[in-house]
Amino acid sequence: MAEAGPETVLVRKTVLSHGAGLWRFIPALVAAAATLWFAQFIGPVSHGDIPEYVASWVPQLGISFAFRLDGLALAFALLICGIGAMVFLYASAYFRSDRRLLSLQLSLMAFAVSMVGLTTADDAITLFIFWEGTTVTSFLLIGFDHEKEKSRRAAIQALIITGAGGLALFAGLLVMGSLVGSFRLSEMNLAGDVIRASPLYPVIFTLVILGCFTKSAQWPFHFWLPGAMAAPTPVSAYLHSATMVKAGVFLMARFTPALSGTDLWTWTLVPVGAFTMILASVWAMRQTDLKLMLAFTTVMGLSMMTMLLGIGGPYAVAAAMTFLLVHAFYKAGLFLSVGMIEKGSGSRDYTEISGLARAMPHTATVVMLAALSMAGMIPFFGFIGKELIYESTAHAHFAPQAVTAAAILANALMFACSGMVAIRPFFFRPRACPKDKPADPGWALWLGPTILAALGLLCGLFPSAVEHVLVAPMVQAVAGEGLPGHLALWHGPGLPLYLSLATFALGFVLYLLLDAIHTGLAAAEPKLPRTESWYDGFMRGLGKVARRTSVLVQNGNMTSYLRRTFLALAAVIWIALLAGTASWPGFRLSVEAIDWAIFTIITASIVVVLRTASRLTGITALGGIGSGIAIIFVIYGATDVAMTQLFVEILVVIFMAIAMVRLPRTGGVPFVPLNAVVAGILGVAVSVTLLMVLGTGLDLSLTEFFEENSAPVALGHNIVNVILVDFRGLDTMGETAVIAIAAIAAYAVLMAGRKRARGGE
Amino acid sequence: MEIMIALLAGFLVAAGAYLMMSGKTLPYLFGLTMISNAANLIIFASGRLTFGKPPLIPEGAHSIEGASNALPQALILTAIVIGFGLLVFALALAYRSYYVLGTTKMDHMNASEPGTEVGS
Amino acid sequence: MNSLILRTASRLLLPLILVLSVFVFWRGHNEPGGGFIGGLLAAIAFALVEKAQGLEAARKALHFRPQSIAAVGLGCTVLGGLWGAFAYGYFLKGVWPLIEKLPDGSKTGLPFGSIMLFDFGVFLVVLGGVCGILFALEDVVANERDDKED
Repeated sequence: MAEAGPETVLVRKTVLSHGAGLWRFIPALVAAAATLWFAQFIGPVSHGDIPEYVASWVPQLGISFAFRLDGLALAFALLICGIGAMVFLYASAYFRSDRRLLSLQLSLMAFAVSMVGLTTADDAITLFIFWEGTTVTSFLLIGFDHEKEKSRRAAIQALIITGAGGLALFAGLLVMGSLVGSFRLSEMNLAGDVIRASPLYPVIFTLVILGCFTKSAQWPFHFWLPGAMAAPTPVSAYLHSATMVKAGVFLMARFTPALSGTDLWTWTLVPVGAFTMILASVWAMRQTDLKLMLAFTTVMGLSMMTMLLGIGGPYAVAAAMTFLLVHAFYKAGLFLSVGMIEKGSGSRDYTEISGLARAMPHTATVVMLAALSMAGMIPFFGFIGKELIYESTAHAHFAPQAVTAAAILANALMFACSGMVAIRPFFFRPRACPKDKPADPGWALWLGPTILAALGLLCGLFPSAVEHVLVAPMVQAVAGEGLPGHLALWHGPGLPLYLSLATFALGFVLYLLLDAIHTGLAAAEPKLPRTESWYDGFMRGLGKVARRTSVLVQNGNMTSYLRRTFLALAAVIWIALLAGTASWPGFRLSVEAIDWAIFTIITASIVVVLRTASRLTGITALGGIGSGIAIIFVIYGATDVAMTQLFVEILVVIFMAIAMVRLPRTGGVPFVPLNAVVAGILGVAVSVTLLMVLGTGLDLSLTEFFEENSAPVALGHNIVNVILVDFRGLDTMGETAVIAIAAIAAYAVLMAGRKRARGGE
Repeated sequence: MEIMIALLAGFLVAAGAYLMMSGKTLPYLFGLTMISNAANLIIFASGRLTFGKPPLIPEGAHSIEGASNALPQALILTAIVIGFGLLVFALALAYRSYYVLGTTKMDHMNASEPGTEVGS
Repeated sequence: MNSLILRTASRLLLPLILVLSVFVFWRGHNEPGGGFIGGLLAAIAFALVEKAQGLEAARKALHFRPQSIAAVGLGCTVLGGLWGAFAYGYFLKGVWPLIEKLPDGSKTGLPFGSIMLFDFGVFLVVLGGVCGILFALEDVVANERDDKED
């Protein structure tokens, strides 16, 4: 301890100066400003006046950089920026003394931009670019604690699953675009009848839905989302509850006009949604880590939306969109609150903490508010969402009883989970938690969750405001027609109300039985099949195949690599020669004395290089070859090239001579018949090709342009130099950069070893 | 002359490839130089051969007729210098690898390959 | 390379070749020559000094670090390009402020302008790049010779 003193002080100082700057609030302010900017469109959009922005991108392919802010896009943009502002503020406090705050903020900002772009895009390619942007930033953010094996594994898992889904989506978008003849999403949506009638519809549907299911964690791809909880709490709250995972749901909603209404759509979305919903809510009961429990309820929420979109029609869409908002508010609020619990008490496992309400009254209030909305209690927004869900499941044209029963079961399980989150950590007898004195965290941490939890209550109390601002335009954009009826807290007695009461009763029973269920699930867990093990098996197999391939192809033998390369090169040339229409050339075969002289010099030098055992002789002969070529250049009017060749030849000899001093004698090159055959095939191919080329006509228009414009336009009489420094100056600039880089690289290679040799001494 | 240049290019490529396949660093560098020489020769000849009239516009004239093709010359000129840069970098690598790995046999420089022992 | 003749000759040859290289560079726009050739020739001059009088003498003769020379050269090529961009709005467009075009099409004045600056940049990059590697190689070869004896 004593020795570490000064260092610790130093570290703390830098950390403080890092964390205390006001810059850390900038992202939150930017996001808040963006929220306000988007808010100005609420009025026009709700009146059907939809702003668009289109910039040409690749007009030849019909691809544009297009954005369209309809009700769905606007709601998402507001959610992303609004919740973003709170999460950024939260993150600035959560990582206050962490030097990685800047990189976290940057990644979060990049994610927010991708997400806003994804939701507002009106071009399939634009959408896909942003879609991939969210995948990559999510990878970075899940792997934020990259020193931990678990984080890396979770990050790669999320990347592979959502990335593979992204590729499927891309293919689906391309097929859909070529079918419709436009990549604009709005036009695709107008062509819904064409798409549904096409024989390609099942292909398009499967590919697009694969993208949606992977992104929104539907069975059998659901397991990556709980794994993604390896990310820091602000990231989980933002990406894996409120925004990114909803991208899949968003896309299903976006393509509802284009793809929905078929049996395939309903028969895929409803069963998968319902199954994932129950699976996830059951597994939520198994968790003791509050964050993991919330992760499973997130999967459940996403499945609920998938199922509702699968049912289709304005009722179900209205329920899905309302539930989307409900879920975003309470889930982000709860995630952030769990972070507060962890900061305040040192743990987020409900078996380790209890009775915190007295020490952390503020956190307890926030969690209570958000959990009541999650449980669907009156008068919270969650209640309205739940009523709408029952309203639509009861009227579903697809197995209404089964769907309603599934919804009741899932909602009851959710009720029990919200009970766990709200009651276990805060009530009962206080016990020793990992932190000695648990306390509420500072304002920057509680502000965001408080607003979100309060929104859950306010939206419940004033449903008509939410309806006008968000829900009605969203439903209009997705279902193509207005909201049927109005959002209201109290519809009077009716089927939804009775179903709600049934849910509460069942949920209460489940809550009481929770410990028993938990124990039962924990015992059953190892025996149950898990789709994650399919993933693991697949990845292991992939690794094996890759390893076998590289052992086979990459045998570590340089000679065999080169042999293959040269053979492949020769094969390409020979195939082109034999398959092509080139005829044997009719050039002049006259050979003069000077030609013989040069030919003899170079050929003799080649033979010497091949045969000699002496390095010095080899280098000299190499110089002979170069000089012979320089003479060819002189004879045929390439004075500049000849000079360059000669000077380079001199330098090559100098360099070789220097390096040679330290390279050992290795004797001559032994004769290897196989190599000779390969080299021979390649050499003959080159000779024949060149003869063929010389026999064909040559387009001299470029040369003539240079000849005519060199003197009058570029004011130079040496055409070669004018081409180099004027007509093709950009090329030359790149080439000078290459020379500089080669010099730097060679310098680095030489000097790095030198330092090592010295340091080792 | 064309047939001579075509033959020379073939010889150079064949000899260069043969030397590169020898598995020793110095012959490898020799081979590399030969192949880059051959490439320059091929590009030059592809622009057609014109005897003894460099592409220099006489003083006072605006244009020139019947001179040798300037375009491939410009391309080769930089190619020669860049080829030299590449060769020197390869030389530095060869030198350094000999110093670090203690061998000039390229088949022994396979520490990063799968299924082989380091420096075997 | 401890030849007295070579050492003496190199002292004379260095300025001679350097002047020649600048001359070759200067006339390169109208006669054979230019930045690449001039740069190579200048590099050969320093290589000669290095072989004859040793690494330190060559470093001293070059005066600047070769890497800096190459970097300045790269800067010159970029500046030469920007000059055209500022004067005419096209990157790398030739600017010849000291040349006047006469009505009959011929021209008078000094051939100095953005293109010459660009070509001079090429000259410096080639000189700096080649000398940089040469010095490094010689340095490493000379100093590791003793380390490696075992």
